[in-house]
Order: sequence, then C-alpha cells, then structure tokens
Amino acid sequence: MSLLEIRNLVVEFATAHGVFRAVDGVNLELAKGDIVAVVGESGSGKSVAMLALMGLLPWTANISADVMRFDGQDMLAMSNAQRRQIIGKDISMIFQEPMTSLNPCFTVGYQITEVLRQHLGGRRRSHQARAIELLQQVGIPAPESRLRAYPHQLSGGMCQRVMIAMMIACQPKLLIADEPTTALDVTIQAQILDLLVDLQRQHGMALVLITHDMAVVAETADKVLVQYAGQQVEQKPVAELFSQPGHPYTHALLNALPERSSSRLLEAIPGVVPGQLDRPTGCLFNPRCQSAQALCRTAEPPRQDGVLCHFPRVGDDTASTQAVIEEGASV
Amino acid sequence: MTEPLIKARDLHRHYPIKRGWLQPDQILQALGGASFDLHAGRTLAVVGESGCGKSTLARLITLIEQPTGGRFSLAGQDVSQITTAAAKRQLRQLVQIVFQDPYGSLNPRQQIGTILGEPLLINTNMTTQQRRQEVLAMMGRVGLRPEHYHRYPHMFSGGQRQRIAIARALILKPKIVVLDEPVSALDVSIQAQVLNLLSELQQELDLAYLFISHDLSVVRHIADDVLVMYLGKPVEQGPCEQVFAQPRHPYTQALLSATPQTDPSRRMERIKLVGELPSPLDPPPGCTFHPRCQSAALACQQQVPAIRSYGDVQVACFNAQN
Repeated sequence: MSLLEIRNLVVEFATAHGVFRAVDGVNLELAKGDIVAVVGESGSGKSVAMLALMGLLPWTANISADVMRFDGQDMLAMSNAQRRQIIGKDISMIFQEPMTSLNPCFTVGYQITEVLRQHLGGRRRSHQARAIELLQQVGIPAPESRLRAYPHQLSGGMCQRVMIAMMIACQPKLLIADEPTTALDVTIQAQILDLLVDLQRQHGMALVLITHDMAVVAETADKVLVQYAGQQVEQKPVAELFSQPGHPYTHALLNALPERSSSRLLEAIPGVVPGQLDRPTGCLFNPRCQSAQALCRTAEPPRQDGVLCHFPRVGDDTASTQAVIEEGASV
Repeated sequence: MTEPLIKARDLHRHYPIKRGWLQPDQILQALGGASFDLHAGRTLAVVGESGCGKSTLARLITLIEQPTGGRFSLAGQDVSQITTAAAKRQLRQLVQIVFQDPYGSLNPRQQIGTILGEPLLINTNMTTQQRRQEVLAMMGRVGLRPEHYHRYPHMFSGGQRQRIAIARALILKPKIVVLDEPVSALDVSIQAQVLNLLSELQQELDLAYLFISHDLSVVRHIADDVLVMYLGKPVEQGPCEQVFAQPRHPYTQALLSATPQTDPSRRMERIKLVGELPSPLDPPPGCTFHPRCQSAALACQQQVPAIRSYGDVQVACFNAQN
C-alpha cells in the first residue's frame, strides 16, 4: 500500500480579485522509501501543494481533493487536533531558509527537545540524550556544547542540520524538504543532500524534494513531478525525464541550463509564469511555448501518458519535434 | 596587448575587530593577496564559498573601500595616487555594480524612471529632458518597455528587477561592471534570460565583467578566466576552460565535484569536504585549506604554499599535479 496518496488536489485562495487557483489537479503517490522531486519555477504552486498536505495554509485557502490519504488515514476529514498528532511526527517538513525557520529566542537544544516533548513524552534527561544523538547523526561536531547555542551562533549549513535533526527526531515516515539547499554554498549543499539521502536509506523514510535546481534532481531523485502555474504538466522517472522530456516546458527548462548549452547564448524561456490576472486561455504554457499551435490557445490540453499537452514530444531528437509540428499543422 | 582595465597586484584588506577596553584589536584578514588583470570585453569569475572574500574584493574594485595593502589601477590610473574627491568621482563612473538581491537593491518608493535617472542627476549636468531620453534608451536596451517608466519596483518580477539593476549600472556608460551573484536569486529559465542579456551587452559595449558567483555551471558558461578563492586567498586562477578541464588545487577539485550535474557522464566522484570554512579571525597555520584537504602533508601544516605557474594557470598548493 502506498504511504501517501494525493489525487486531484486543488488549492484555491480567496483574494480581493476573486478566486485564485494556486494548485490545480496535482496527483502524487509515494511508497515507503521513495524519493520524489517536485520541480518548477517560482509561482508554480510547488510549496503550496505540500503546505496544503501539512495543513499549514492560512484560512483563506480552500483545499479540496478526491483523495488525500497518508498511511491509511484520510487527511481531509481529519480535525486539526488529529492532524497535529501527525505533522511533526510522521510527516515533517524542512523549509528553505534555515536561518529564519529557527526561533532566535530559544537555544537549539530547547527547540529540538520541544519536538520530543510534544510528540513522545517521557523524561527530560532522555530528551537531552536523544537530542545529542540526533545532532551527532546530522554531523554536528561537539553536540553537547551546541545544544546550548542560539541559532545566530551557527552558520547557515549548521542551522539547516539542526532543522534536519529536529525533523527526524520522531523518525518520520515522510519528510518534505522545501528547497533545502537553495540558500547554501555548493560544498555544504552536497553535504546536506548526502545527509538527506543517507537518512532516507537508513530509516526507509519517503522524501519529497521541492526544488528548482534540475541538477539536484538528477543526482538525488527517483521520480520527478514537473509543475507549471499550479498544474502538474509531467510526471516521470528521473532518467527518462532527462533523456526524453515529454512536455515542451520540461524540455525548455532543461535547455535553459548553462551546462547543456553549446553556444554563447542560452535557450531562455521568454516571459514569466502567469499570475492571477494574466492567465491565458487554453494551455497555460502556450504564450511561452515554442511549439504552440492554434489549438493550444483555445482548448485545454488533455493528459497523455502523464504529460499535460496537446502535442507531447516523442523522443529527444529534432526530427521528432519536426514531426510533432507537422502533425500539429494538419490538426 | 592593450592596457588592462583593472590591474590588481597583491590586494589586501583587513578589518580590525574591537574586543573591549584595554584589549588589543583583533585583525580579520578578509582578503589576503589577490592579483589579476581584467581586459575590456572579458569576464573574470571569482568563485568560492561564502566568507572567502569575494564580496570584499567587489567592494575594493568598486572603490567603496580602500585596500589596506597592495595596489590596483583602473583604466591605467593608480587608485592609491588619486586623492581629490573630483578625480575619484570621475573614476567611480567607470565601475558599477549589480547586486545579488533584486528585491533589496531597488528603492520601493521610487519609480523606475527615478531610479535609473538618479545616477545621471548626480554625475552629469543633463537636463530633465535629456535624462528621460537616456533612461528610455537604456530601458529599451535591457528589454524593458517604455510604459514601465512610471512603475514601482514591486510591480516587477525578479528577472525584470534584475534588468532594472543592470540598466542602472550601465546608465553612466561604465567600462567595468561588477556582478555580485546576479542570477543566484532567479529561476533557471529567468537566469538564462539575464545571462543572455549580459552576454549581449558585453559584446555590444565591450564591457569587462567581474562576475562573482558560487554556481560553477554558470561560471563555466559565462567566464573567460576564473579565480578560485579560499579564506581570502586565491588558490587557483587561469583560463576558465583549463581550470575546469584540469583542476589542480584540491579545493577546486572539491568544488567541482560538489556541483550537481544533470549529465551522468560529466558527474565526478564526489570529494567530500568535511567541516566548514574556518573562522578568518583564527586561520589555520600553513596552507589555510589543510584541515579539510585530503592530500595534506606535513609541509602543508607549517608553510604557506607559494603561487606556482603551470602554463597559464596559477596554483597555490604544494601537491598540485602538473
């Protein structure tokens, strides 16, 4: 049985300009020990989808889904009190900026033991011992003395390690990492990613990695979910995604990477992700898509083999792209 | 060979740290001996972890701060010889900077037209009409539309704000632009747009870029030369292609191997760097990298390695392979 099952998740926000649909029909299925990456530009609804699962969105958000099931429990029907029993214990989340997600007024030790107190109960002394063990596990030197440190006394990489220690304190079944390394240097990024993957292997934890860095995805994830403007445009195993991207957006994202380019100029995607007020009709990606046809501007695309597109790409050579364009022209 | 636009020799910068009454100040060596030349139309990338002195170097080059040691000249003029405020102002127009965070570097209460016109107002005696013309021309050049003139920064996306910051840097027609992590806050697609814009402008205006970044795949794409720094000291420098193809310093090797790759064939055996950058207040003796280095020998703990040349590449390491 799958650990997490989300089907057709929709998140809408009531705003002054009407209802804004931030997440539109996201599906996600995770088994124990899976690593899934969610990629897309800012404003694609990656974080919102995960926050909806955690129940951390403000009251203006309206969450609906066909199925939202975690470990056999229905997350939608659950009361807030019941949800609080699960989040932080069985599902936990690491945020982007380690420096701002820790409370500056309390010591690191207090903040780690708070999780243990809340979810496990037991004695204070055992919490201290467990906190030291956790800090050791995430590779912080001299953990006994670090317990008394305040967040401002630690570097960004150290703070992120503390966050990870806190989040794995109760041995969660699912860890959601929201851009865990974006604010860090490459060497520290490599250390943190290795640490996350190690922990995931040791505990058989499932990991959801939200990121916009395609290279990080290539090195860590098994399965990738590409989101654009709240819609899930493609879902594929990682190797296949990089060799045969089906959606033009995925293809364009990969081509925009400097390391894939051979010429001086990169293949940029023109324009930006549409916001609330400038949503196009038809396929949401059509104004920025190089192979958009008349049909794309009028009709919403169907989902074909997990790709949300009228004319999904076949293979990765230019010949097939040509075929797609000709096929499109005849339609 | 023409005269380089920036000629830096053994630049140093240290900061005194006050410790308290009756205690001597501590010295923080932020930059310890950087030497390089930068020619018109070329890009020098400075890479390294945070705290390695990249931004200190940017502050020296843009004349925001004075070096405490070493010399450098901008467009043939030795900076330490220049004392009058007017001459300095003249020189400052040659160097401009684009900052990392496009959200923090634009005044939220000023319209784009005002932001872009301000350097002209301060440094030239153009009329209001001329300034407006100049601003509109520059906006067109960086891909902003004329109707953006009266808008405020919050109405723009990250990529557009970075375009505004670039326009502001270029409006005084500088010869050198310091780019302090200009794309690290942007998404890949937008990053590609901004990098393309920067390359186009460089070709058009023959600009010299000092490109500060920690993203090595971006550096590899845009730079001609690269300078790798560790704890305030350059450890390896040379033409980009050579350094990337054959990194000689263990720190460069570690940095390259830590950079994630999408292409499995380019992926390297990851060299794990243990620990973090040591405190610059208390740098390790000998080679500053030795506590984290895998091939550190006894000599590395005692002596500071001198810079040696291997063809065009200069490396500060005892064990550098030829």
